[in-house]
Amino acid sequence: MNVVGSAADLAARLRGTGYLADEGLATVGYLALALDRPLLLEGEPGTGKTALALAIAEALDLQLIRLQCYEGIDSTQALYDWDFPRQILHLRTVEATSSGAEVEEVERSLFDERFLLARPVLRALRESPAVLLVDEIDRADDEFEAFLLEVLSTHEVTIPELGTIRAEVPPIVVLTSNRTREVHDALKRRCLYHWIDHPGLEREVEIIRTRLPEVSRRLAEQVARSVQRMRELDLLKPPGVAETLDWARAIDALGTDALDVQSAAATLGAVLKYREDSERVRESLDRLLAS
Amino acid sequence: MTSSLDLSPDLSLAGFASALRHAGLAITADRVQVFLRAVAALDIAVAADVYWAGRASLCADPDDFPRYDEVFAAWFSGDLPSGGIRRTRAAPTVVQAGLDAEDNGVEGEDHAIAVSASDTEVLRHRDVAELSATDRAELLRLFASLKPQAPRRRAARRRPSHTGEIDPRRTLRAQLRHVGEPARVLYRRRGIRPRRVVLLVDVSGSMRPYADSLLRLAHTMVRVAPRQVEVFTIGTRLTRVTSALRHRDSEYALRLAGDVVPDWSGGTRLGEVLKVFLDRWGQRGTVRRAVVVVCSDGWERGDTALLGAQLHRLKRLAHRIVWLNPHRGKPGYLPVQAGIVAVLPSVDDLIAGHSLASFANLLKVVADA
Repeated sequence: MNVVGSAADLAARLRGTGYLADEGLATVGYLALALDRPLLLEGEPGTGKTALALAIAEALDLQLIRLQCYEGIDSTQALYDWDFPRQILHLRTVEATSSGAEVEEVERSLFDERFLLARPVLRALRESPAVLLVDEIDRADDEFEAFLLEVLSTHEVTIPELGTIRAEVPPIVVLTSNRTREVHDALKRRCLYHWIDHPGLEREVEIIRTRLPEVSRRLAEQVARSVQRMRELDLLKPPGVAETLDWARAIDALGTDALDVQSAAATLGAVLKYREDSERVRESLDRLLAS
Repeated sequence: MTSSLDLSPDLSLAGFASALRHAGLAITADRVQVFLRAVAALDIAVAADVYWAGRASLCADPDDFPRYDEVFAAWFSGDLPSGGIRRTRAAPTVVQAGLDAEDNGVEGEDHAIAVSASDTEVLRHRDVAELSATDRAELLRLFASLKPQAPRRRAARRRPSHTGEIDPRRTLRAQLRHVGEPARVLYRRRGIRPRRVVLLVDVSGSMRPYADSLLRLAHTMVRVAPRQVEVFTIGTRLTRVTSALRHRDSEYALRLAGDVVPDWSGGTRLGEVLKVFLDRWGQRGTVRRAVVVVCSDGWERGDTALLGAQLHRLKRLAHRIVWLNPHRGKPGYLPVQAGIVAVLPSVDDLIAGHSLASFANLLKVVADA
């Protein structure tokens, strides 16, 4: 499976799925594969952190297993849980059908694989090779990070009733963070770290063209240029690539193939999500659209 | 790749890591090991490969990048690959201005997030040694009498409880223990967690007499809930001093904080600095649902409209805004300064902060928030 020979090879494969990685990202991504290290991605929202994991899974033809983090997430939601209702049903069935079954036998059958609910991390270990995406790790608590650390460094998990489950091939792990909270240094040390920036003008045009082939080159350039200017405006929430794509799609949906003041004003909600930002941009819209 | 020194490749790379450590990056032995493995997986003769391998394995924060770039350029005397030096919007631009002759060697590697500095900015390190031994002992004794408590909020996670909603998982588990016989119904309810507290301490010239005590106060609060309290100093810049204040020993912690803060006793540009704070920390989540305590006299040299707007923005993010003003407790004080007038509509509590008693009061207000 791991047949990626170089950073350029990885970049080419990602390009095949429609994800354009720059040199830095491709190199770091290749290193993560070559060294079997988790990859920690940080960056502004909407710069393609999650999309990279999806693209890697698609490019390497692997299954993507996603763990979305949130406050209060614990190991029963990340690792495994027992299916209690089914266990009880099973117990009742055993009781009703067999008369004198061995107690130990019944007990063993109770903690059988089929009553185990595998959650994303366990699934990734069992079904590896796979890509495990731990999304928005900064939303989880410190305790959860410590738990994740253990799994990521040993690639194994012990279930008291079943024994140790070890991944024969370590899964490719991608962690993303929006930096709402500083991720613990111990976790960072286990990972390769990369900060994803907003793309430059040319790459952004290329991204629009790759992702939305129906959008004309002219419109793509206009949209990308306007968004690049918006990012310099010191807005509350500078638009990310995701917003750029939404905007291009919105304008295209209106049936216009060029960006003018009217169509831009009508679709501004696709790029800017704050009233203050919209007002500021609306004021200087003609300057923003000038080529 | 040509190294500035004539060393074997591995030695040269390890030397590079060591140079980074001296530049202040948190380089550990395992990081160096990963770095060497990473370079081995790539091509050591290609500058870009070594650059990206190092950046991924030795850096842990975007704030590390400028220093990494500098050391990389110096060590390998090569050009940086394009794309590596593209700065994000909030990248520090340090303009060093108006240094006194005795304040040499202050700048260089501060990772404060800079607001563009004006000529009036005075960069000065604080001298803790100024305090006499008896004063310090007295102060320590007094601060030890303060007992901060973290404010609380409802947690998302549910905990076993005597009342509340039925907990199917535990109920069924208990049934399982009784071989499937119906057993007692168990309940659960949402737990309680400490609420985050964010302290913004004004260290400008006008706050000079109080800044030291306020940081001490911050230290006692950080000690009680190290993961729930964030402390920043504001003045002409924004500096995060939380990690410095996490040290157990208050003297050492304050000295560390003093080393990090570059704008001690300088001017005030509250509005601009608050904007930087909200852009970098606020919106992302640090102040969301937190209790924010701003310790400042509200003397704003910049635009008070900007200050008002930022406070309004802060109000929409934070759970509660407490403004601690040292002058509030003095007889005859009226909140008429332009800065205070601008922020008053957004502030939940405006309280005094000039004495130990008022600090105790602050802790109570925060605990009850």
